[in-house]
Amino acid sequence: MLRTEELSYRTAGRTLVDAVSLQAAPGETVGLVGPNGSGKTTLLRCIYGTLTPTGGRALLDGDDLHAIGAKRRARRLATVPQETPAGFELTVREIVAMGRAPHKSFWAADTAEDDRIVDAALSRVGAGELATRRFAGLSGGERQRVLVARALVQEPALLVLDEPTNHLDIRYQLEILGLVRSLGTTNLLALHDLNLAAYYCDRLYVLEQGRAVASGPPAEVLTPELLAEVYGVHAEVAEHPATGAPTITYLPQRVSGDVPYLGKYDAVPTGEPHPSGM
Amino acid sequence: MSNSLKETGTSPAVAVRGPVAEAARRVRTPLILVVLAAALAVAVVAGLALGSVRVPPGQVVDILTGRAEASPLRTIVLDVRLPRVLLGAVVGAGLAVVGAVLQALVRNQLADPFLLGVSSGASTGAVAAIVFGLGTGLATTVLVPVASFAGALGSLVLVYTLARKGGVLTTSRLILAGVAVAYILSALTSLMLVTSARAEHLRDVLYWTLGGLGAARWDILLVPAAALAVGVALLITLARPLDLLLVGEEGATVLGLDTARFRAAVFVLTSLLTGLLVAYSGAIGFVGLMVPHAARMFVGAVHRRLLPVCALMGAVFLVLADLAARTVAAPQDIPVGVLTALTGGPFFLWLLHRGPASEGNRD
Repeated sequence: MLRTEELSYRTAGRTLVDAVSLQAAPGETVGLVGPNGSGKTTLLRCIYGTLTPTGGRALLDGDDLHAIGAKRRARRLATVPQETPAGFELTVREIVAMGRAPHKSFWAADTAEDDRIVDAALSRVGAGELATRRFAGLSGGERQRVLVARALVQEPALLVLDEPTNHLDIRYQLEILGLVRSLGTTNLLALHDLNLAAYYCDRLYVLEQGRAVASGPPAEVLTPELLAEVYGVHAEVAEHPATGAPTITYLPQRVSGDVPYLGKYDAVPTGEPHPSGM
Repeated sequence: MSNSLKETGTSPAVAVRGPVAEAARRVRTPLILVVLAAALAVAVVAGLALGSVRVPPGQVVDILTGRAEASPLRTIVLDVRLPRVLLGAVVGAGLAVVGAVLQALVRNQLADPFLLGVSSGASTGAVAAIVFGLGTGLATTVLVPVASFAGALGSLVLVYTLARKGGVLTTSRLILAGVAVAYILSALTSLMLVTSARAEHLRDVLYWTLGGLGAARWDILLVPAAALAVGVALLITLARPLDLLLVGEEGATVLGLDTARFRAAVFVLTSLLTGLLVAYSGAIGFVGLMVPHAARMFVGAVHRRLLPVCALMGAVFLVLADLAARTVAAPQDIPVGVLTALTGGPFFLWLLHRGPASEGNRD
């Protein structure tokens, strides 16, 4: 069970995350959505430990994630960094085996058990045949799968992923998200694509200027009103006949004097000034 | 028939062309270590046999195993050449290991204790201890290594801090900071020398500016040998967290490494090792650049395998380089640092020319 209590992060006089309280139950996949600069990445970094919250706490099963220290945290929480440098000709297997580090003392050699865990993770993400390849030589989708395998090798209870589908072809986006959902871990994902978020997440939190402005199942959260309010766009939301998930269709911006199809929603963005002044 | 010939002809070629598989590296590493140990033994015997007076290798082995009677040759081998060969092996092993560790620390294969100004800092510290120190006996034997370590640590921290801006460490900033700091320190060293009243300082100090093993005697071997044994053993126990540094600071943190503390520990260890080696050998450059690079080609970047291979390869390399330094222009004894710079400089330029592959932090 992940819980943040009024978690805040301020830097240089700006509040990037403003008293966000969220929860993810065991096994649940929770999505974090919001426009660029709304604080998704900062919030996730405060949770996975590369930033220290300036207010509030992040708790995993009751333990303060910041107080328990990097090594113990890495046994329970895994993440895929947005950028993984690929120098020094490391092989895929060597990269994945690094995920055993939090479970080992500095000097202990890898055991047969470690090897088994690494092999299992690689085949779990369908990357078994990549094991001896150079990590630097992989495609974006392959790299992402390998890094998910490394996260699995940490045997975490919680997986925190920041835009795991960034820069991937659509096929790999679906593959990665389907994989993450199938792992059985508690997942907290920042996602850009609202349709993917709606389909793959059990619940969503919407961030706007560092605050959580809405939360709940995708069908309740992703309303045309909210999209207009937070993203400043016109959109239609319908339940998709095949997937059953809410599906968003963005409508082109109204050009003044030309409003063939916006009658239904055009009162919303113009009625109230957007807080960001958009 | 021609088809099957073609198939059997291409598949091994494909297997060889790809990167060395990690499993194969595991199996091969002990073999490589054995081969390198044998090479080191051969290099040591060659180092003892060759020189102004040639001693047949068989006789060298007899002398080493205590089967030879006292003779001028025995004195040359045991008291003149052996300390020098051993110091070369110790310094070569240490510099190669420090080079590999510094490359992981800054995630850049162009790093080297010499290029990052660490060796210059150690030289400046050692020279300051000689010039301002009490001058004789125990004070010098203690002061020089301590000052050398302090100089190494100071310059490493300075270069790292200068090269790192906004959390990003670029190749160009790193090299520029290293070169600038090295220049300032060598100017300081020169300043201390020319203003020093005592002429014998100049002779003493020539070792640090050029990097040579000519000062080797049995009584100075203990400190560098002990530093090597302890330093390398400690760094090998840190092999796993050193691996984590290769995936970047954020990557290492999320894999459970307290990066700030670990980096501080590595700073101290590498400076200690560099300082205690440079105090006796002077600043021998490029060993820490070339050897780790060659070692990675054989066993990959994982430090558990890389560091022992670096240690042996560095020892072989410097023993042979010093042998060449003593013999190519005999009776002139060229400082070995001149030879390593002559080979390492072009190698560095080649790495730089290879471009983005060396830009450790930008990929």
